[in-house]
Amino acid sequence: MKKNMLVMAAAVCMTAVLSACSSGSTETTAAAADTSAEAAEDTTAAESAKEESAEAADAGEESTEAAGGTLIMVTNAEFPPYEYHENNEIVGIDVDIAKAIAEHMGMELEIQDMAFDSLIPAVDSGKADFAAAGMTVDPDRQQFVDFTDTYAEAAQVIIVKEGSEIATPDDLAGKTIGVQTGTTGDMYADDIQDAEVQRFNKGMDAVMALTQDKIDAVIIDREPAKVFVEENEGLTILDEAFTEEEYAIAVKKGNTELLNSMNEAIKELKDSGELQAIVDKYIAAE
Amino acid sequence: MWEKLCNDFYINFIKDDRWMYITDGLQNTLKITFFAVLIGIALGFLVAMVRSTYENTGKLKILNGICTIYLTVIRGTPVVVQLMIMYFIIFSTVDPGQVTTAILAFGINSGAYVAEIFRSGINSIERGQFEAGRSLGFNYAQTMWYIIMPQAFRNVIPTLANEFIVLLKETSVAGYIGLQDLTKGGDIIRSRTYSAFMPLIAVALIYLVMVMVFSYLVKLMERRLKRSEH
Repeated sequence: MKKNMLVMAAAVCMTAVLSACSSGSTETTAAAADTSAEAAEDTTAAESAKEESAEAADAGEESTEAAGGTLIMVTNAEFPPYEYHENNEIVGIDVDIAKAIAEHMGMELEIQDMAFDSLIPAVDSGKADFAAAGMTVDPDRQQFVDFTDTYAEAAQVIIVKEGSEIATPDDLAGKTIGVQTGTTGDMYADDIQDAEVQRFNKGMDAVMALTQDKIDAVIIDREPAKVFVEENEGLTILDEAFTEEEYAIAVKKGNTELLNSMNEAIKELKDSGELQAIVDKYIAAE
Repeated sequence: MWEKLCNDFYINFIKDDRWMYITDGLQNTLKITFFAVLIGIALGFLVAMVRSTYENTGKLKILNGICTIYLTVIRGTPVVVQLMIMYFIIFSTVDPGQVTTAILAFGINSGAYVAEIFRSGINSIERGQFEAGRSLGFNYAQTMWYIIMPQAFRNVIPTLANEFIVLLKETSVAGYIGLQDLTKGGDIIRSRTYSAFMPLIAVALIYLVMVMVFSYLVKLMERRLKRSEH
């Protein structure tokens, strides 16, 4: 009986510890509690309960490690090679960089996929810690979020069909242009004279409309443009870029603590050459 | 507080003529809804006629089969998927324009629901009415047109109005094909100003007002029809 009491006490303690850990381990807690009830009746069952609670304790330890903190990253995973879905996972340059930064800060990374134009509101409202989505540093956006140091050079380029009469950005006047809503390409397209702008939720949809001759050109970031052109025959990128720009990670305005530690991490990634290695992994060096 | 609201209003609607995104979008939403309703009524009427003729007389077997397939497919798939199929697959080589594409997609979609509404209206009329018509010497079509339909139509007005309210709000997915409707207009402003409150509330209010005006008109019509009953 004494032994039984001990086992029960152990099980109760374990339950308390586990439930204190995180909501994720509620199931194991319940299981342990169940077994402890049986244990009071049968000593043989008590032995197995011991084993089970030991396992549960292991699981508990794992989740305490993760409890060091989670960084929530938001992105729009329709933007290869910076972020896209592959084998049911979100991968890409931004994702790898974010993982490296999180590792550097000793935190877990959680990625949420959403529409590009919702990214800044998500960061601004505190629903996410940062947005890494091939986002161009732009004064309008800086009113709402703080940007880290830039980590990539980018450009807005123009995709047209082969043999198109559009040869330079100036030829876009009066044409129908496809863009992704909320991207810098979208903002610039607004200023093109007499042009009709069609805004799609995904860059790929705009490119598809172009292949079907529904629009005359697509303005989009250079690296995704390369992927899109590779995947669709008969498309080409104009040599002359529309604009040159730089990508950075956006964090909530005024969160200097996070901003500083991310900048520190980015600097180290740059210095150690890890950042370049990540970029090279996705973009074949030219 | 007040100053902040005014400033928000200025940034979201006045600056850079951003209100035009809303008004342009509203125009498209109204255009799409209006023509989609017309197509929906025409298509729904035809399909309901075919279906109830088959039910009552056993004629038009093949047409009835086609109509059944149409109802199954359209009611079995989400409208936004139908819209994308219309835009990217059916009109992949010829381009009738985004608005026309959307009108066709929403019209064909609505037709399926309207058909079932009309059919339930026709079924709601007692069989005796039909027999009375026939015994007066009307043929099938005449009985339908002069006796069954007027009564059936009055019965289905509330459900029909409901369907059109749903249709109006369903057009908010038109942004998927790059078309700038009311919702997309608000989204574009949101993507420029990064503030959710003003554009979303404005868009919501406009839909609400449109539905309220429409409901009021339907109420007037119902009252009128009721008066003529006596």
